[in-house]
Amino acid sequence: MIYGVSYIALAFFIFFVGLVLGLSFYLARKTKSASNYYAAGGKIHWSVNGIAFAGDYLSAASFLGICGMIAVSGFDGFLYAIGFLAGWVVALFLIAEPFKKLGKYTFTDALNAKFNSRAITLTASISTLIISVFYLIPQMVGAGDLVTPLMGLPHWAGVLFVGIIVIVIVATAGMASTTYVQFLKGGLLIILSTILTVYILKNGFTLTPNQQDKAYHSFITLHPQMMDNKVASVPDWDVLAQVPVKGKEFVQLKKEGIVRWFDLVKEDQHYILKEALSITTDSRGSVLYNGEPQSGGRFYQVGHLNKIVIDGKEVTETGSLGPLEYLSVMDKSMLVRFSNAKFQHEGESVSLYYQHTTSGKDFLLPGLKYKIGKGSSLWSKLDFISLMLALFLGTAALPHILIRYYTVRSSKDARKSTILAIAAIGTFYVLTLYMGLGAAVNGSMDVESSNMAAPLLARAIGAVLFSAISAVAFATILGTVAGLIVAASGAIAHDFMDVYLKKNLSDAEKVKAGKLAAFAVGLLSIFLGMAFKGINVSFLVGWAFAIAASANLPAILFLLFWKKTSAKAIAYSIVVGIVSSLAIILTSPTMWDRYGLDPAGAIHQLENPALISFPLAVLTIYICSRLYPRKELV
Amino acid sequence: MEQNVFSEHDTTHVSEKKAKLGIKFFFFYLTVYAGFVAIGVLNYELLAIEVFKGINLAVIYGFGLIVLAVLLGVLYNALCNRYEAGTNEKEGNAL
Repeated sequence: MIYGVSYIALAFFIFFVGLVLGLSFYLARKTKSASNYYAAGGKIHWSVNGIAFAGDYLSAASFLGICGMIAVSGFDGFLYAIGFLAGWVVALFLIAEPFKKLGKYTFTDALNAKFNSRAITLTASISTLIISVFYLIPQMVGAGDLVTPLMGLPHWAGVLFVGIIVIVIVATAGMASTTYVQFLKGGLLIILSTILTVYILKNGFTLTPNQQDKAYHSFITLHPQMMDNKVASVPDWDVLAQVPVKGKEFVQLKKEGIVRWFDLVKEDQHYILKEALSITTDSRGSVLYNGEPQSGGRFYQVGHLNKIVIDGKEVTETGSLGPLEYLSVMDKSMLVRFSNAKFQHEGESVSLYYQHTTSGKDFLLPGLKYKIGKGSSLWSKLDFISLMLALFLGTAALPHILIRYYTVRSSKDARKSTILAIAAIGTFYVLTLYMGLGAAVNGSMDVESSNMAAPLLARAIGAVLFSAISAVAFATILGTVAGLIVAASGAIAHDFMDVYLKKNLSDAEKVKAGKLAAFAVGLLSIFLGMAFKGINVSFLVGWAFAIAASANLPAILFLLFWKKTSAKAIAYSIVVGIVSSLAIILTSPTMWDRYGLDPAGAIHQLENPALISFPLAVLTIYICSRLYPRKELV
Repeated sequence: MEQNVFSEHDTTHVSEKKAKLGIKFFFFYLTVYAGFVAIGVLNYELLAIEVFKGINLAVIYGFGLIVLAVLLGVLYNALCNRYEAGTNEKEGNAL
């Protein structure tokens, strides 16, 4: 996507980021000095704590990722919202209170509370590190996506920018990621999303989703002369080539010296050529967008309806709609999505985004990303089950979520905060459905990255809302990344070096080791953020959930609910959970694509590992507890 | 860091009752959640049926799962409060 710098948006963005972070740190400092909240155990009202929970949980994956995936894949994106929220049910009903009663403050310490086993320390710290890194990747990808349209920087520069800021924060002062920081971010995110949803419903649907400053691009349709199923000629255009790619036919045409790509489609027994968006890179590395250099600005935001039906009649626009009416009209209408095809042509790498008409009915059903209906295979059905399992079981096993249960005052307040968090997160996820659908039909899609759907939709309303939403999302990413880096460096410096290796570090050495670890993890996350550009952040977070569900949850549940669970069994199950889930992820079709191989040729077609890795870990902990009974009982 | 404020009146008996309640609620929600997944995999066409004001079962079920999580949470909290209050009353009477 071509982004120019909007100085007004940039100025507001810097103002909002400064305001959010400044106010957060001011309140945080005030809280510390006034009531010594963290040490004295709580003057924070449960309602503040509940919204803070939501702020903590609604990371880039929720805001950028879910909206983006709904905009691209419809209901399949909403599956993530359903699963992310359902995960809180596991946390509330099974984990929260009994886990807190273990009386420890980190995941590793809590897991080891009854055993004092070095094997548990080692495996739990590795698990924390790996899950934190997998959670970091989508945050960094989202950060890069977010900074790009604001500053006109390439994606890698955005990732580097955020990485450096966070490393500096963590390595110099440590992140004062307190309740008030998360409260402010969570509250603002919900308020801004509500404004965006009201705007979407007020505007309803239109066939020409023009934005304030520019008209929506009108896609050309041409009528070619055919000969033997080949395009022979097109009025006013020179035919250069016809390229078959995986069952599709793409045609290269030239007019007034500019080369463009079209998708050859047969409709009602007639062939037509539909305009595609193209990015071509030649052997010298120069890139053309729709046949012109970047400065030509000929690469467009997309997403529109091509048929709107209300009360059985076709209309060009609907005007304002109620929440249920909006979904009902969407269900009866037709929208244009864009699919990607990559191929080589005469020494150039061509990436095409071609139009794909989809009925609203299909868009509001699962199946566009995770095929479970028509045309589904056993693999795709298993993948769907595996995703839903990972989302359901993952939340309750994320180390940074578990830790939050120790920061509340009483068990009653903990429960009330968790329930408020569920209500706030649930409300937000309902809004994501409208924001995602709104982005899909209001020309707010960047075809290169689905993650920008919600902020670009905000830009359609105006620079202030765009800046405010980008700033809150950015502050959220900074907070989450800093927290994860601290957690990951803690796993290395505290759990591994100090406790496992028994280095007996002095306080100064511990701090130094922690900072060095934070620096290393920060660098790794910058590299991975660049490497995973373009992948939806919710999809990436799904992997972190799957690893957490496989490596940590069996260990936690058996520890809490089965008295015969032994230390060795916990350690073995964590190892099996990590190894099996990682092995499946690293051999998945998405990773095959990252390696530059054909995804269809991957060893298996499972994108989400939990369906195999979670039962394996459960089986391991059960069998190993029988084989190596806990010594305390002997 | 203070850690025992939360458990002032939380006896083992009440903890067990709350844990049992949590397990029951968990399995209830799991059944409803699994129902959604099962319909998707086994009888996909059912999700397309319009069930309310022109909206299909998939969307209504999805919204329903979100609302159910909140309602169960509120109910769970109310029952836990009742268990805890019961314990406090007994302790008060004993004194």
